[in-house]
Amino acid sequence: MKRIYTLEDACIGCHLCEIGCITEHSLSKDPVKAFLHEPERPIARCTVEELDGGVISLSTTCRHCDEPDCLRACISGAIQKNAAGVVRIDIEQCVGCWSCVMACPYGAIQRNLKRKKANKCDLCPDRATPACVDACPNRALVYREGNQ
Amino acid sequence: MNYVIVGNSVAAVGAIRAIRQRDQQGTITVISRERHTAYGRPLISYLLGGLINEKRMAYLPDDFYATQRVNLLLNAEVTAVDSAAKMVVLATGDTIPYDRLLLATGGDPFVPPIEGMADKDRIFTFTTWDDAAKLKGIAPDIERAVVIGGGLIGLKAAEGLNLIDKAVTVVELADRVLSSAFDRPAGKIVARKMKANGIDVITEDTVVRIEGDGAAITGVTLKSGDFIPCDTVVVAIGVRPATGFLKGSGIEVNRGIVVDNTMQTSVPHVYAAGDVTEAADFFSDQKNPMPIWPDAYIQGDVAGAAMAGECKEYRGGLAMNSIEFFKVSTISMGITNPRDVADYEIHAFQDIQNYQYRKIVLQDNRLVGAVLVGNVDRAGIFSGLIREKIDMAPFKEQLLLPEFGFVNLSREIRDRLFGPRGKAAAAPAVTFAH
Repeated sequence: MKRIYTLEDACIGCHLCEIGCITEHSLSKDPVKAFLHEPERPIARCTVEELDGGVISLSTTCRHCDEPDCLRACISGAIQKNAAGVVRIDIEQCVGCWSCVMACPYGAIQRNLKRKKANKCDLCPDRATPACVDACPNRALVYREGNQ
Repeated sequence: MNYVIVGNSVAAVGAIRAIRQRDQQGTITVISRERHTAYGRPLISYLLGGLINEKRMAYLPDDFYATQRVNLLLNAEVTAVDSAAKMVVLATGDTIPYDRLLLATGGDPFVPPIEGMADKDRIFTFTTWDDAAKLKGIAPDIERAVVIGGGLIGLKAAEGLNLIDKAVTVVELADRVLSSAFDRPAGKIVARKMKANGIDVITEDTVVRIEGDGAAITGVTLKSGDFIPCDTVVVAIGVRPATGFLKGSGIEVNRGIVVDNTMQTSVPHVYAAGDVTEAADFFSDQKNPMPIWPDAYIQGDVAGAAMAGECKEYRGGLAMNSIEFFKVSTISMGITNPRDVADYEIHAFQDIQNYQYRKIVLQDNRLVGAVLVGNVDRAGIFSGLIREKIDMAPFKEQLLLPEFGFVNLSREIRDRLFGPRGKAAAAPAVTFAH
């Protein structure tokens, strides 16, 4: 399946992947409205890590594992892997127990504390290429066929 | 191939998926003594507390059994396994033949004999949907409950009862709650939160007599001599592998069903997975029962693969729990409270006032355990480091940082996890003949 990969040397630590993700998962899909005017700002599903003021930086996100640890740990069955291989959370079913947060070795599941729901990458079902990849100005994120 | 699975919780589901990935033709029969299709067993406290409705108890999509072509027998209890004739016997006397059998019956709550309990009505255990439903059913009549046992199940039962405005007292024999999963500071934080929400927590004491009038309970007497008035008692001392039906089957049972690293029991073609087993521990390789939800899924997956002819090695059980108590998140994994402290290196940070705690346990520079309370974000990174047995020597000073992440590790690790090559393709699976 197609996955998002990170080219660490090309990452400039600009966090535009996070902004692209937040915008795509907002109601309006408009960055200004998403950040300023919507009742609730989505939580980015990718995480930019930085060290020493950005000397090292990289964007980390869900690997849509072949054998997802999050799915195996999920106590409510909210996490399922669909026929295309995308690991998704059924938000209605999620109880916010954070078992997936405990299990994911990539640290790729966020906690939405306000809604008490887990939050993770869905590979942007409405787009040909995930928003984080399109938002990256230096092509540090690539979306292509590959192994986990 | 004719597959029969006894039990219908997470280990069974892991096995069903693993079998169907490899064998589309075989028949799969699942036999469960419960009346429900698979449900999120740990959700019973959410149900009791009114946090979720019955519809959300379902663990699987509605069409799961149909699409996986599973013949599901509910309300059916297996009373014996005849491994010579390769069949299981039901309580009704009916028999079901198998080519490959999986025993995934889980655990039974352990209820010790307590003086005065025999003729009382309102003594409950708390491990099934029906247990929660029964408690919920009589909830309007409950005024005060005593929960015997301050482990995970006991505290979740107490929280559920508290959420529906019942007065609850937890009585724990050890000197602290959650003594098996947590260390002292973490247990203390949880106990503090329970008390702040109105739950009485009594430690170093136990119930010696249940008092009452006929079938009605009026209270319990503790070993210390104290009397606690109550009308309902929940016994949550622990679970034991549900192996009673295996007497005379020839299948080796120690504390649980003994399995090898393909989840096969001592009898060929008979496998076991989940809380009923006694499988290898991740660190020591010693076999012991470990009732852990994700581990049950993994064991089911390994067993299902083996039953369908593919050898997939079980890497050993790693204890891990993620539990919230009154909105304080807690995650514990691996060795959290080593007995022989000299053999381990421990780093910890605590701010008990603000319900924050972080503890890291290393052995020979390998991460072997972690406890996180409060901020549990990205805890899974630790579970990955434990499983991969990464040498933490260069990184261990960073482990307690609240923002600890992959930038604190080596470039090699980051590239392997997130780089375009992906993880090196796993070694091809070994197929063995039946």
